[in-house]
Amino acid sequence: MKLTRRYRFAASHRLHRPGWSEETNRLVYGKCNNPHGHGHDYLLEVTVAGAVDPDSGRVADVARLDALVQEEVIGPFDHANLNEQVPAFADLVPTTENLAVEIRDRLLRCWREWFPAGGAELEKIKLRETRRNIFELFVHDHENR
Amino acid sequence: MYITRRVEFSASHVCRLPSLSEEENRRIYGEDANPHGHGHNFVAEVTLEGRPDPATGMVFDLKKLKEVLNREIVEPFDHRFLNYEVPPFDRVVPTLENIAREIWRRLEGHFPGPELRLASVRLYESDDLFVDYSGEEAR
Repeated sequence: MKLTRRYRFAASHRLHRPGWSEETNRLVYGKCNNPHGHGHDYLLEVTVAGAVDPDSGRVADVARLDALVQEEVIGPFDHANLNEQVPAFADLVPTTENLAVEIRDRLLRCWREWFPAGGAELEKIKLRETRRNIFELFVHDHENR
Repeated sequence: MYITRRVEFSASHVCRLPSLSEEENRRIYGEDANPHGHGHNFVAEVTLEGRPDPATGMVFDLKKLKEVLNREIVEPFDHRFLNYEVPPFDRVVPTLENIAREIWRRLEGHFPGPELRLASVRLYESDDLFVDYSGEEAR
């Protein structure tokens, strides 16, 4: 059984690689390279998978998932400047691909503290940057790293 | 090829285990444990997998699928209090997961054969919470 929960956060970012020239940055990242940055209302879907507990009839405690995502993702990311306020993006371009990987890593880092072995496992991160741009990261697919 | 049809039903439920204390029920099910029940506009997306029939060009007749979904899900579930009116929820907690499994159980026999199968049931409790079930695990 898979369970998916949707969350929202608004954040700004600028796609810029310091090692490249201004011209190369503009060529690669286009409008997203605007020096002042820009923002999105991100829509995040977190999918967990596991067996349904025969007693409770549930695959995961949704309130617990909400608390974990709030602490690790929504709290630090919502209404933040990703480049300046999220340490991972001090040296890493905050493309939505990298943002999805960062969200996965943040959730996996403390997953066991929230969901003990034998319970629900993190399955997928889906991140919608705009209605036209959607990114999916399957947690156990090494091709995605 | 996969084909999906969506149906909606509004129903109330309460998630509690009679064997547990009030406090335990609140801890496990939160607001869903309110003994008076509460309701949702559930949305079920039922996906079939099959090969289009060479003559009709269809995986499955959508008119028939609509009839099956109405008969097996919408008629028995819509505007009902699941715990009191829809077996097995008199003895099985009607969590979103268990409702999805019951929908699967009611549907799976309708699509037999090597060329056609019930592929998945996605059940939304709200826009922001849904489960996907594909018949895995012991039922």
